Formats: sequence, structure tokens, C-alpha cells
Amino acid sequence: MARSLEGFLVLIVAALIYSSAVASVFQPISDSHRSVALELFTPLEGSFSSLAETYEALRTFEVLGIDKKTDINTAACQSVLETLGSSSSALKDLFYALKVNGILKCEIKKDVFEGVTSRLQATVSSAGALLDFYYSVGGLVIIKDQTSKDDLYLADAEGVFGSIKALSQSDGRWRYNSNNPESSTFAAGLALEALAAVVSLSSSEIDQSLIGATKNDILKLFDSIEKYDDGAFYFDEKLVDAHEHQGPLSTTSSVVRGLTVFAAVTSGSLNLPSAKILGLARFLLGIGIPGDAKDLFNQVDSLASLESNSVSIPLILLLPATVLSLTKKDSVKVKVNTVLGSNAPPLTVKLVGVFRSGSKDTSLVEGQELKFNPESAVYALDALPKSVDVGKYTFVFEMVLHDPDHSYLYATGGQTQIPIFVTGLVKVDSAEIAVLDSDLGSTETKKIDLTGENTVSLSANHLQKLRLSFQLSTSLGHAFKPHQAILKLTHESKVEHSFVVGSSGKHFEINLDFLGLVEKFFYLSGKYNVQLTVGDAVMENSFLKAIGHLDLDLPEPPEKAAQPPPQLLDQKLRYGPKAEITHIFRVPEKLPPKELSHAFLGLTLLPLLGFLIGLLHLGVNLKNFPSSSVPAMFAVLFHLGIAAVLLLYALFWLKWDLFTTLKALGFLGAFLMFVGHRILSHLASISSKLKSA
Amino acid sequence: MGRATSKDAQALIHSLRSAYAATPSSLKIIDLYVGFAVFSAIIQVVYMAIVGSFPFNSFLSGVLSCIGTAVLAVCLRIQVNKENKEFKDLPSEHAFADFVLCNLVLHLVIMNFLG
Repeated sequence: MARSLEGFLVLIVAALIYSSAVASVFQPISDSHRSVALELFTPLEGSFSSLAETYEALRTFEVLGIDKKTDINTAACQSVLETLGSSSSALKDLFYALKVNGILKCEIKKDVFEGVTSRLQATVSSAGALLDFYYSVGGLVIIKDQTSKDDLYLADAEGVFGSIKALSQSDGRWRYNSNNPESSTFAAGLALEALAAVVSLSSSEIDQSLIGATKNDILKLFDSIEKYDDGAFYFDEKLVDAHEHQGPLSTTSSVVRGLTVFAAVTSGSLNLPSAKILGLARFLLGIGIPGDAKDLFNQVDSLASLESNSVSIPLILLLPATVLSLTKKDSVKVKVNTVLGSNAPPLTVKLVGVFRSGSKDTSLVEGQELKFNPESAVYALDALPKSVDVGKYTFVFEMVLHDPDHSYLYATGGQTQIPIFVTGLVKVDSAEIAVLDSDLGSTETKKIDLTGENTVSLSANHLQKLRLSFQLSTSLGHAFKPHQAILKLTHESKVEHSFVVGSSGKHFEINLDFLGLVEKFFYLSGKYNVQLTVGDAVMENSFLKAIGHLDLDLPEPPEKAAQPPPQLLDQKLRYGPKAEITHIFRVPEKLPPKELSHAFLGLTLLPLLGFLIGLLHLGVNLKNFPSSSVPAMFAVLFHLGIAAVLLLYALFWLKWDLFTTLKALGFLGAFLMFVGHRILSHLASISSKLKSA
Repeated sequence: MGRATSKDAQALIHSLRSAYAATPSSLKIIDLYVGFAVFSAIIQVVYMAIVGSFPFNSFLSGVLSCIGTAVLAVCLRIQVNKENKEFKDLPSEHAFADFVLCNLVLHLVIMNFLG
């Protein structure tokens, strides 16, 4: 009593920590898994493409309890015989062939096993990479189990243990080989399996310090576990590998396999918190039914490892029905199973509290125990607690094991939160509709029967108001706010207007003032259909009622009134193709015809020709050109400089921009100035000499 | 009266031609150059009148280059003409250097505006 009380208090504290958790439902393995497995693992032409896939399919069938099909079995046995018999098979193929044989138990001759054993022993002594160790040691363990050969031992088990252990990192992860510095959690799972195999294959006790160090590695590995809000724990790889990236499912299942196998062969507990093991089970179950064959295998295989492991066995609490009806007087039924659906050890299920969804106020009920029905293995409450009305709730359950020793073996996870919908009938009464004048009060008030078939007909003009009111209450007499309370008015021309009905407590009322709504109604006068919709997920009698007709008289629309949107005759036309848009591009400028342009180009050169001919006619000569060398050079440079500047301008027009031109012009200009000054001053001095002479 | 005016016009032209023959040849070269420039401008204007002024900046730069260089040549002629008392002390090479420089600047601007 005292123990369960203090346990209860501890769990209350744990619940407060998890109080913001979102509740989810985890279903153990069921028939839908079996049918999906049969679909996913259908081999092409009777046999799978590789022994690894064959093993995955057979192991999945084995766990799920599906009867093996003989045609797959014979093809698989054939493949196994070939692989084991050949001396050139790859190590990985040998390993998977042995695994398949472990399930199918084909007829294998002793000498075949001898050959494989010697090959694997040789590989173990020369192995360096993790995968080599894993396949060889794993294969040897399978042979030892199958042939029940008790004298099959590893030559230097401690040495092999040490070599595998040497590849571990300080954070609990493992490297694939000593050259590759990248470590991976998936590899850690493989390494633990390999280490467990080494322990089973050693003739004497492995040094306890090595085992202790491995247990520490496991604890450190669990430090890197990640979690979702709903209480699921999982492992994921931090870095994305160049080749296959192991997702969270394959990483988690690898660690679970390695962990359970290692715990099975070593004595002493691992001191792992059971909440994490339960969290791993929740993660694996929370996937539901995977659509991929490899994912299904990983899920099912790791759940099988968790089903009966020596660390802690997770127990899953679930409700077959999460929607309870007050009218049918449903009661709360709970089942507790292991992950694969087998029965749980003797325990009591307590309903710790019932809370309204979204609020963490005090529980609506006191803690109660559920009665256990041994025939159907169901825990049930006689009836729903009286204070539970229609709505969405969170029921909090707790499992208490009868045998105190079992608390070390099983993981119950403290408090489990399950969302429950409680549905029921909602009473609708005092429904009235009235047309009111602004100051005189109502002209006509009509009572509506919202359950019957009668309709009312009213008339109003734009100066009046329409009022609709009704009351909603639950069977317990509380106020109820439905998800939808909508009044819709539809004109004869199919133009619709919807309004939300406001509420205060149980009373729902809406007032439509037509004076303000005249524009919204597009000034359409005439007959309007009035329709009321009240609905909610937990309301069993949600309704959509045509209340009647309203003849509405609105004033004439002014000239600039908005037109009502065109009502489509056929709903399908709304999604039909729209008009095609033609784009108008800028019309290019009209250019004159090329021949005209070329003609005028020639014509422009005519004056130049005329100029040159005129020059000749005038008798120009180069007599004044200086004859002595230095001035002649300057004269030549002067003319060349001018030509260069003109060339520069031509280049400027063709491709350069102003800045490069100005830069070049600066240099050329300076040169030209200097040369020009020299030659012109020379000429000036000559002519002044002539003048004075 | 008509015959008298036509005879007068003929006499006028004749006297102009003989007077012109007396001008120094350097001035005649400059006159020829001015005529060439103006003629080029006229041809460009006629072209624009036919095809329209679409790249208006090109038309402007073409015409203004002709007109500009004509104006500069006229300035040169004024400065070089020996009969012009105002510019007696200015050496003609100086005027020519001015002419060349101004032309180069004008054509730089024209090339930029040509587009």
C-alpha cells in the first residue's frame, strides 16, 4: 500500500513534467500488419533478389505468425545450399544464408557446416572492419546454435572483443573501421550484436572490465537519444552519410537489437531507465504500418526483440474505442498488452483523472480502479463517470503491477494519456424567429419546431430586423457551444449569405438588421430561403434545417451598386478553363527600307568627293611641308596624331564607353598638343622669318 | 526693267567671280571645306525629311557636326584673313591650332551623342 502510494506520488511528479505532452494512441501489432506483410514481401518469380531480403521476409513472417509458403521456402533453401556450399561466396551472403537457415532449417550436411565454420574462423582472426567482425562472429553463433556444437569456440575471444571495442567512440557510437573517423549509431547496434556473439562464443569468462566498459558505452549511447512530444524515444544519425543514410527507424531498430542481444548474454542489469525503453516501443509502434518492406522488417524485428528482453519489457495500454456515446451508455474499456499483442502480467489499471481537452484544471473524477475481466482480458469501468458531459477529454490511466519484482522487468511508463470523445444528444428548444420593427417591437413572432417538418413564411422590408433565437443544452443541463451555428439566407437567384449565430451560455441569438445589410444583399428583393445549421463532432443530433421563407422588400439599387457575383449554373464550370490572355508586345519602330538608307549613305559621301576634287582643282600642294628631318618627323607625327584621335572616336562609337575613351584621349591629346606645338611654332617661326626678310 | 535687272544680276555675278579669284588660295580651301560641310548637312536633312526622324539624336548629331565644323572653319577664315585688321597680330598657325582643337572637342561630343 505504502509502496504503491509513494510510487503514485512519484508518478504524479512525472506527470507534471510531462503535462504538456500531446497524447497519442499506440496500437500493438495486429492483423493489418500481417496482410501488409504478405503484400510487401511478395517475391518476383518465386524467389527474392538477395539472401538479405529473403531473411527479412522470412523473419517478418516468423514474428507475425504467418504460415510459411512452401514455394518460397524451397527456393530459399536452394539458394542457401548454393551459398554455403560455394567457397567463393561473400561474407555477407554466408551470414544471411545462415540466418535464413536458422528460420527454415533446411537439410544441410555436416561437412558444409565444417567448411563454413573454418572459413568464418579464418575471417575472424584476420578481420579489421566492424562489418567483417559482425558477419563472421554472427555466423559462427548461428552455426553453434543450429548444430548444437558446444565445442565451437573462438580462438582468442577476449582479443576479438577488444578489437571490436577499440572501434568505439567516447559518445557511445562506433566507427566502421579504424581508417574512417566517422562514427554512427547504427554501427553501435551492429557492434553490440557482434560483442554479444563473441561472449557466447568464448570458452571462458570475458574480463568483467571489458563488459563493464561496454555497458558504459550503452549508457552513453542512450544519452544521445531523441524524443518526440508524445513520449516516443528514438535514435537518429547526426550526419548524412554519402551512401545509405540510415533513417531513425533502421538506426533505432539496430540499437534495440544489439541492446537486447547483449543484455541477454551478460549478467547484471544495465541500469537503463524503463521510460526510455517504453519510449522506444512507442516510437516503433507509433509508425503504424510502414509501406516499405525494409521498414516493416525493422519494425517487426525490433518489436520482437523488445517483446521478451532482459532489460525491461514495455507494456502498452490502449483503448479499443476512443469515442464513447452517452446515449448508448458506453463504458470505458482498456486493454494492456505487450508490443506484439500478448498478455501482460497481472496488474491493476487505475483511472487517475479526466481532464477537459485544452485545460489542465482539476480532474473531473476521483481516481478509480478498473475492473478486470479475465476472459476477455479487458479492464472496464462500469459506467462513465457522472460528471462527464459531451465534449473532448483526456483520460489519464496508470498501470500498477501486482508483483513488486515485476517493476524491474516491465516498463509501464507511469501515466498514459488517451484522448477520448464523449458524444451525446444536445437538446434544442425554445426556437423562435421574429420580424421586428425598429421601435415598435415585433410584428410577428413564430415559434419554430426544429425537429419537425413545418416551415414558416415571413415577410419584411428593409427597415425591419430579423431575429432568430434558440437554446442548446446537454443532457446534463450544461451550456453547449457547437462548432457550427450558421444561419443562411438564399435568394431565388441562388445568391447566398451566411451569418454566424452568437451565443451567451445556453442562449443563441442572431439579429439581422436589414437596413445595414441592403448593400450586402445587392439590393435583391424577393423570396429568401432561410436555413439553420447547428453541428459539432460530439453532437449526435447535428442538423441542417430549412426553417422557411422570408419575403424581403429592399429598395431599388442605385446606379453604381455592386452587382451580385454571377452564379454558375453548373458547379463544374467554376473549375473550367478561363479565357486565354493574349499579350500585346511593343510594336517595333518602322525603319526605312535598306536600299534607301544605303543610297543616302552613298549620297553623303558625295560632298567629300566634291571637296577633294575641288582641292585638286585649286592646285593644293605639299610644298610647305618641312624638308629637314626633325620638323618633318614632327609634322608626320602631328598628322598621325590627328588620325589617331579620329580612330579613337570611331572606336568610341563602335564599342568603347566614355571613360575609356577619355582616358585614351587624355594621353593622345597630350601627345598631340606637344607635337602640334612643336610643328606649328616651327612653321610660325619660318613664316615670321619670311615676313621680316 | 526686267532686262536691266537680269543684266545687272549678270554683271554682279561676274564681278563677284573676278573678285573671288583674287582671294588667296588658303582662303579658297577653307571656303571649299565650308561648302562641303553645309552640303553634307543638307543631304542629311533631306534624308530625315524622307524617312522621318526616328533616331532623332543621330540626326541631330550628324547635322550639328556638319554645321559646327562649318562654323569653326568660318572662324578660322576670319582669323587667317590678312585683310582683317582685328586679327593682324594673331599668327595663323595659332588660329589653325585652335581650329583643330575645337574640332576634336566638337567631334568627341558628337560621337557621344550619336548613340
